[in-house]
Amino acid sequence: MSSEKKNFFADRDIQVILGTLLRVGVVASMSVVMIGGLLYLFSDHASLIDYRNFNPNKSGFSSIHAILVGLKELNAKAIIQFGTLLLIFTPVARVVFSIFSFLIERDYLYVLIGLFVLSIIMYSLSDKLVG
Amino acid sequence: MSVLLFTIIVLAGAFLAGLVGSLTGLGGGVIIIPLLTLVLGVDIHYAIGASIVSVIATSSGSAAAYVKEGITNIRIGMFLEVATTISAVIGAVVTVYLDPSYIAVIFGLILLFSAAMMVVKKVDRSDNDTSGKLAVFFKLNGTYPTEEGMKKYAVHRVFGGFIMMFFAGIISGLLGIGSGALKVIAMDNIMRIPFKVSTTTSNFMMGVTAAASAIVYLHRGQIDPGIAMPVTIGVLSGATLGSKILVRTKTDKLKIVFAVVVTFLALQMIYNGLSGKL
Repeated sequence: MSSEKKNFFADRDIQVILGTLLRVGVVASMSVVMIGGLLYLFSDHASLIDYRNFNPNKSGFSSIHAILVGLKELNAKAIIQFGTLLLIFTPVARVVFSIFSFLIERDYLYVLIGLFVLSIIMYSLSDKLVG
Repeated sequence: MSVLLFTIIVLAGAFLAGLVGSLTGLGGGVIIIPLLTLVLGVDIHYAIGASIVSVIATSSGSAAAYVKEGITNIRIGMFLEVATTISAVIGAVVTVYLDPSYIAVIFGLILLFSAAMMVVKKVDRSDNDTSGKLAVFFKLNGTYPTEEGMKKYAVHRVFGGFIMMFFAGIISGLLGIGSGALKVIAMDNIMRIPFKVSTTTSNFMMGVTAAASAIVYLHRGQIDPGIAMPVTIGVLSGATLGSKILVRTKTDKLKIVFAVVVTFLALQMIYNGLSGKL
């Protein structure tokens, strides 16, 4: 029994699930970005771009809250940002998945390491890092 | 320039960047940033934000294929991610306080280094000699499939590799690139991990590292939907096509031609940075 647990990551089923998780994440998020992109081009195609100087307030959808609010109003830019957000969370989901598989393996050292990596990412989510 | 024209140009450029980036192993980010800044006059902070999103897309997309082959060492990946996520967040926090011209110069230097790494012949230094206490404690040693069956390998100089990865994460967070060339130094040269394992493991880590800094960029407004959308779609589709034709194409000549182009771009970035044009 214990030798079976040790081979958890070698288990092809788990590897296939992990691969599928990543692929679904990428395909889903890119589809959302593309839908938002088409709407954005449809409504804004003739406007002029201005990216010469960086302005932190210009994008408008720069927090999860703002993106969700914009999403409810079906704002094209908010839909693109939501797709980007899904894409960002794809590798994060993979870390969560790995933590669970280490837990099943009873490799508590790596459960701790995984939780540490996850907490760094969550800390960067907290918005405190941007002045 | 109108939104439509800008989107079409960036989409085409990002597609080429993704295609060539995957054929040469350089990655799309290092090509799309010079295109956006030098050719289209986009502020480098926006270019960095868009590039990091494309790094997540290509890394996750190809990791899906690698994972099924079962050679990624998830323990090495997770262990080194401690270094890369902390440093990527630090890099992403610091980058906005840097003058764009400094970023351009650092970027140019990393480009020059990546171009050199691309043409230098890689030597597989992996072996199964007794490794240090750290590698045993963190259970980093592993096996991978070869034609003669499963082969064991030992991981060396874990501390040195960890420090190098920390540096790679800082560069990734500062410049919005995957910094694959630096990760190769850490994993192949310092830790002496076999190629097959290091390539896939480095790719596994890239998505997580990039996600950590992408969140910081997003909060700061560096990820603009109008740029990130064509960049991500273009780079991902180019990289997907690239990985399909890579199997049956010899890339040696392409790499040399491309090293020359990248060197030119690097010098241009450094010159523009020094003369304050960016």
